[in-house]
Amino acid sequence: MENTMNALLEKFDQIAKSPAGQLAAYKAQGKKAIGVLPYYAPEELVYAAGMVPFGMWGSNKKTISRAKEYCATFYCTIAQLAVEMLLDGTMDGLDGVITPTICDTLRPMSQNIRVAMSDKMPVIFLAHPQNRFDLNGLTFTISQYTNIRNRLAEIAGHPISDDDIREAIKVYNACHVQQRRFVKLAGEHPDVVTAVKRSAVLKAGWFMLKDEYTAMLKELNDAIEALPACDWPGTKVVVSGIIFDNPILLQIFDDYQIAIVADDVAHESRTFKTDIPDDPDPMMALARQFADRDHDVLLYDPQSSKNRRAEFVAQMVKDSGADGLVLFMQQFCDPEEMEYPYLKKELDAQEIPHIKLGIDQQMRDFGQARTALQAFADVLALG
Amino acid sequence: MHDIYTLGIDVGSTASKCVILKNGKEITAKSLVDVGAGTTGPRRSIDNVLAKAEMEEGDLDYTLATGYGRNSLMGLADKQMSELSCHARGAFFLFPDVHTVIDIGGQDVKVMHIDNGAMTNFQMNDKCAAGTGRFLDVMARVLEVKVNQLGELGAQSQRRVEISSTCTVFAESEVISQLANATNKNDIIAGIHRSVAHRVTGLARRIGIKDDVVMTGGVAQNQGIVSALQDELGVEIHTSPLTQYTGALGAALFAYQIAKKRADKAAKAAQK
Repeated sequence: MENTMNALLEKFDQIAKSPAGQLAAYKAQGKKAIGVLPYYAPEELVYAAGMVPFGMWGSNKKTISRAKEYCATFYCTIAQLAVEMLLDGTMDGLDGVITPTICDTLRPMSQNIRVAMSDKMPVIFLAHPQNRFDLNGLTFTISQYTNIRNRLAEIAGHPISDDDIREAIKVYNACHVQQRRFVKLAGEHPDVVTAVKRSAVLKAGWFMLKDEYTAMLKELNDAIEALPACDWPGTKVVVSGIIFDNPILLQIFDDYQIAIVADDVAHESRTFKTDIPDDPDPMMALARQFADRDHDVLLYDPQSSKNRRAEFVAQMVKDSGADGLVLFMQQFCDPEEMEYPYLKKELDAQEIPHIKLGIDQQMRDFGQARTALQAFADVLALG
Repeated sequence: MHDIYTLGIDVGSTASKCVILKNGKEITAKSLVDVGAGTTGPRRSIDNVLAKAEMEEGDLDYTLATGYGRNSLMGLADKQMSELSCHARGAFFLFPDVHTVIDIGGQDVKVMHIDNGAMTNFQMNDKCAAGTGRFLDVMARVLEVKVNQLGELGAQSQRRVEISSTCTVFAESEVISQLANATNKNDIIAGIHRSVAHRVTGLARRIGIKDDVVMTGGVAQNQGIVSALQDELGVEIHTSPLTQYTGALGAALFAYQIAKKRADKAAKAAQK
């Protein structure tokens, strides 16, 4: 069982490290692939079309160069690196790209990508509504998703039936179950599922067909579940932010025995915490899933004055048995910056220790983060 | 039981500092070399402190490294700890009533809360040089003065000049512009001190200030910065002649704690 587990962890690690290899492998199988930028694009439609949705969350290895022709300097590196990889040919294997526009950076980026790339591949625009709850909001979401469905059908060369979408919904909901199970198990066994390995497992999901990913993940979860309970000598934290997937940064958590027991990270749990509800109309089901997404920095909350999101995150720290919270502030993410004062206020009120660390995907030296995390571990150990 | 000698070494970004401590109480020797991480500074500083103490490495019971370059001392140190914990510990040794420590280092600024000698909360600056020792180095170079003269020169200021606290590069341009307009250097220096104080105060207020406040690190030797910070924060700030050694002192104290525990354990085992 342990051999299986280590082999699976190694395999996830390889996939996470080599998205280009994954893309090439799918293309070699004759499959088409669609790039999916953050956040909340209905990947299920890509899967339903028989194509591979391919997550585009920047890169920790590339330097922003050609994208500077299009991007303002304050754009987050995730968006800039997406353009970089489109321009430098890394993503030439893609058969199209979906550009959601839910934040102030992604909106102009969608147009930069359209101008830069539309001769090379179809660029599918997606405008999510913020008023997404009532029938008007749901209808608008469906109209946007229908446009995507039609464009994807053109790329696939065949229509996408309702049954195809229903099947995709089943696959994705089954995947969410295993992803949430993995996050919980990883938090219970940080001695085996280190921060570096945990990240690789979750990241690999963005570069795999979800049925393949779910099967591998379930096998891994079964193996972790069979392990004896872990008596963790270090500290435990919840992490929050848009993305933190740099292995060098994650290694610092492992070096100082800081276990990640839960996350409020857009690249991780925020994506799979909300299932797609049952609905006779599969397009309505997808629209309702978007409406159901809650406690999210990017999405409108009609009760925002109640500070529900901060309470949700604070509760997550308590429920997961964490000693504190580490917030990775993506530079320069307006939605995260906007949320932070109220999150800090709530964490302080509930006496939950936390630190905020500024990061971006161009950082190559983490000396300051190392110092802060080591000091934070010292503080938590005293608590 | 024999005397316990511990070495604390603080490898900063701009200087390497060593303290040898006897029985966790008495400073036997200290040394400072003006270059830090990635240089010969740490080795030279260790050699200097051993020579001053008339000791050899083998005479040391435990060595603990701290500071930005703490991870580069493989083989020289038994353990490494963050400089925040060590500054807090060192400041508590020097000022037992300390509750807030402000440390302006070569490339970062830290504010720490301390209860009974242990760090309970802290804030660090963002990845930006404004308000750090490096900021002062850059300004001193533009002004063609030595960084250790800044305090004295700033004290002679006659007129208030504002310098931005947002960005080192922009602040440098402002200083150049002031020089081009023939503004008195001393006035510019006092403006620079206030600029650092604005930046550090903003950071300190994020976690709050509790008396007694102690400032550590090399920048605490600049009375102009200390005064500007006192004005800005509205509290008295304590400094020590050992300010540059606070991190190394804290490291030596932690080293003593570990060495003592180890010695007690060995003594207990010998009794059985």
